[in-house]
Amino acid sequence: MAKRSAPEVNAGSMADIAFLLLIFFLVTTTIEKDSGINRKLPPMEEIEPPIIKQKNIFTVLLNGKDQLLVEDELMEIEDLRVAAVEFLDNNGDKTCDYCQGKKDPSSSDNPDKAIISLKNERETSYAAYISVQNELVAAYNVLRNRRALEIGPGRGFRDMNFVEMEKNYKDARFVGNKEKLKAVIDQIKLEFPQKLSEVQ
Amino acid sequence: MSKFKKKKDGGLPAISTASLPDIVFMLLFFFMVATVMRENSLKIQNSLPVANQVEKLDKKNPVSYIYMGKPSSGYEKFGSEARIQLNDQFASLSEVSTFVSSERAALREELIPFLTIALKVDREANMGIVGDVKQELRKVNALKINYTTGVGDVSSNMN
Repeated sequence: MAKRSAPEVNAGSMADIAFLLLIFFLVTTTIEKDSGINRKLPPMEEIEPPIIKQKNIFTVLLNGKDQLLVEDELMEIEDLRVAAVEFLDNNGDKTCDYCQGKKDPSSSDNPDKAIISLKNERETSYAAYISVQNELVAAYNVLRNRRALEIGPGRGFRDMNFVEMEKNYKDARFVGNKEKLKAVIDQIKLEFPQKLSEVQ
Repeated sequence: MSKFKKKKDGGLPAISTASLPDIVFMLLFFFMVATVMRENSLKIQNSLPVANQVEKLDKKNPVSYIYMGKPSSGYEKFGSEARIQLNDQFASLSEVSTFVSSERAALREELIPFLTIALKVDREANMGIVGDVKQELRKVNALKINYTTGVGDVSSNMN
C-alpha cells in the first residue's frame, strides 16, 4: 500500500475555543483596587485652637527610633489598641449611656470629647507610623463594631458589625435597605467620632 | 506507461497552519501572566507597608497618586534619601502644589472637592518627607488623603 500522509486536522473550531477563553477571562478578571487608611488633614487657617482639657487628649508619640510613648509612658505597639479603647470608652462625665468604660474622672469625658493626638518625629519610619495609625483606627473600629452589634438587630441588620455595614453600603450587590443602613452608620459615626489629630 | 508515471511536482507543499493558534495562545498566556497594570513607571522603591483596618479606595472619586521612596537601582545618582515622584519623574517638594493644581484643572468642577491624594510611600521612608508633603497639601487645601497600604498584619511591618 502507498504511504498515506497524515490527515489534516480541522482547525476551524480553534477560533471558538479562543473566544471562549477570552470571554471567560473578560468576565472573571477583576482589576485590583488600592486600599489604605483614609485621613483628613486639618485646614491651614489660623484659627484660635479651642481649649481642650488635658484629660481629654490621648497623646501618642512615636520617636525617631520608632519607640512608642503613650501618655508619657513607654508602650509596645501590641498594647496600644486596648489602651486607646479604654481611653475612648471611659465616659468620665457619665453622659454617654452606650459606653462601658471605667468612668474614671481623670480620663476622657465622653467619646465626643476624646481626642487622640499622634505626634511623630522626622526620623520616624513610615512603616511604624502606619502600624500606629492602623492600631488607632482599629480602636475606633472595635467600639463602632460593638455599637453596631447592639443597635443593628433593632434596626433590621442582624449580625453585622460596623466594618461589614460600611462594606455592604458600598457594595452594589447588597440586598437590603441602603437608606436605613446609612442612617445606622451615620449614627454610629456620630456616637464614636474619629477625632484623630496628626501633629507635625 | 502509467505505472511509471512520475509523481506530479506541485511546487512547495502547503504549510500546515494548525499550530498557529498554539503560538497565539502561548503569547496570550505569556502576556496574561506577565502583565502588571500600573499607571506610572516607578523610579523609586515602593514596597508599601501593610495594615488591616483598611478601606477600599473609592474609584468613583478622582484619585491622584504621590509616590515617595528611595531611588531604585539605576537611579542612584539621585541620592539614597527618599524622594518624591509625581507622574513619571522625580519632583521637589515645591512641585507638589503645582501637581495638585494641574490635577484639579483636569477635573470637572463638581468633582474637585472629592479629589483624594493617595500617598504611596515606601515602608523604609522616614516621616520627615511625608510630613513635608502633608504640609504642602494643606497649603493648597487638598485635605483628603489616603495612606495606601497592602493588606496584612502590622507586625510584619517591623522587619
